Amino acid sequence: MVSMLLAGFGGQGVLFAGKVAAYAGLIDEKYVSWLPSYGPEMRGGTANCSVCISEEPIGSPLVLNPDVLIAMNLPSYDKFIDKVVPGGIAVIDSSLIDKKCDRTDIKTFYIPATTLADKEGLKGLANIIILGKVLAEAKFASYETVEKAILKCVPPKKQHLAQPNLKAIKLGMSL
Amino acid sequence: MSSNQRVLMKGNEALAEAAIQAGCHHFFGYPITPQTEVAAYMAKRLPKIGGTYLQAESEVAAINMVLGAASAGIRAMTSSSSPGISLKAEGISYIAGSDLPCLIINVQRGGPGLGGIQPSQSDYWQATRAPGHGDLHALVFAPSSIQEMVDMVFDAFDLADQYRMPSMILADGMLGQMMEPVVFPEKSVNPVDKSSWALTGHQGKRAHHIVNSLYLQPDELEKNVKERFERYELIKSKEARAEEYLVEDAQLVVVAYGATSRIVRSAINTARGKGIKVGMIRPLTLWPYPSSVIAKAAETAQAFLTVEMSMGQMVDDVRLAVNGKKPVAFFGHTGGVIPTPAEVLAEIEKMTGGDR
Repeated sequence: MVSMLLAGFGGQGVLFAGKVAAYAGLIDEKYVSWLPSYGPEMRGGTANCSVCISEEPIGSPLVLNPDVLIAMNLPSYDKFIDKVVPGGIAVIDSSLIDKKCDRTDIKTFYIPATTLADKEGLKGLANIIILGKVLAEAKFASYETVEKAILKCVPPKKQHLAQPNLKAIKLGMSL
Repeated sequence: MSSNQRVLMKGNEALAEAAIQAGCHHFFGYPITPQTEVAAYMAKRLPKIGGTYLQAESEVAAINMVLGAASAGIRAMTSSSSPGISLKAEGISYIAGSDLPCLIINVQRGGPGLGGIQPSQSDYWQATRAPGHGDLHALVFAPSSIQEMVDMVFDAFDLADQYRMPSMILADGMLGQMMEPVVFPEKSVNPVDKSSWALTGHQGKRAHHIVNSLYLQPDELEKNVKERFERYELIKSKEARAEEYLVEDAQLVVVAYGATSRIVRSAINTARGKGIKVGMIRPLTLWPYPSSVIAKAAETAQAFLTVEMSMGQMVDDVRLAVNGKKPVAFFGHTGGVIPTPAEVLAEIEKMTGGDR
């Protein structure tokens, strides 16, 4: 069982990144849940989603203590960094969060994802770059599965975004 | 959508797709968080298949449109969340009093009043005791997964047609908003013959049908209500459903429904790992209530614990079923706060006192 919490501002694509992870679990024929925060907090405040990928049926889909945290803004970092389970992983967008975590019981990765995305012509895909890093570290699925998941999640009308998404995943994995 | 394929779907959208596949092509609603995706999905799909999607001017109007559509013998539905369901209460009562089938979905949020928008189960009393004024019931289904939401939509329509009464799916914000894999069943819709009462136009060839809930003569109204209650008794004897999970040897039986039952199941699995003999009864129908399943468990279990996202509403039905034979305790959160598996486990341990 892997539980993930993906958090950032509305518009950064944390819900989409969570959906890609959930779809990967679906393709691998595992039990999967995806639960978004909803309501006014999505407008301007922090948006987040809980994702569980498991061999067993999933009880509560609400992830309070994640194995994997993706933090894409400071409020999310502050709110969730202490919630990561010991031995867990946190991937932090260091172009937007200038704090460093002093926890020694979790693995912390600082990725300047937003800056990298702009530089690599992948504007708006910091979420997927970070997901690539999570894939490399937490190995919640194979790359091939995640590729299929991305092709599934990119809507038919936006197929021109499929290749940039794949590039972003690979970039994240290489960091 | 092709059937038999495992797809990842949001609860609200799965409810809508299931309704369409169950032959409901006429939807009347009004947006409210956290159920808006039901209406949005219907708005997108129904015009493409020759159905009706109508966003009414209010919840009151929407439920009365359902009444009208159901009178014509077609499958019709509306959906809302807690405050909107209160507004629909008048129409639900008229539908019950007119013996019309339909489906009402309540994706519950915190109350009372405008309350909040986070998940809640505090409309249990409303759904099971008084979905509207007068002596009446609606069939009430309590799904706990997206798959069950889909399966229960089919059942809810079928039983509503069979017994000529409103059905309700009592979901909550968590189930409505979350995504899970789901498989749509390859079910054929079994149309019930409604020709003896539906308002389909008589073209001068038969006596006209009347759909009505007004009976000014007390004895006539009493007769009408009593006949309906005979049907309710039949439903109570035939249609109550529950899942039993590790109940056989359980010292403590937890009773929970819907999203809360998922959290309870996690807690029970942990408790069993510690050797605590605890199980769960999960009502799948809230009306009719599976009282006999709980009464049977009261013969073997030492105590009961009801867990809800409310101040304690279903616990009334558990107490009625247990009938004083064993103690019944309650644990819950309300207002949109979701109980955690750890909290439920602590309650289980407190009640079993480490009994192994």
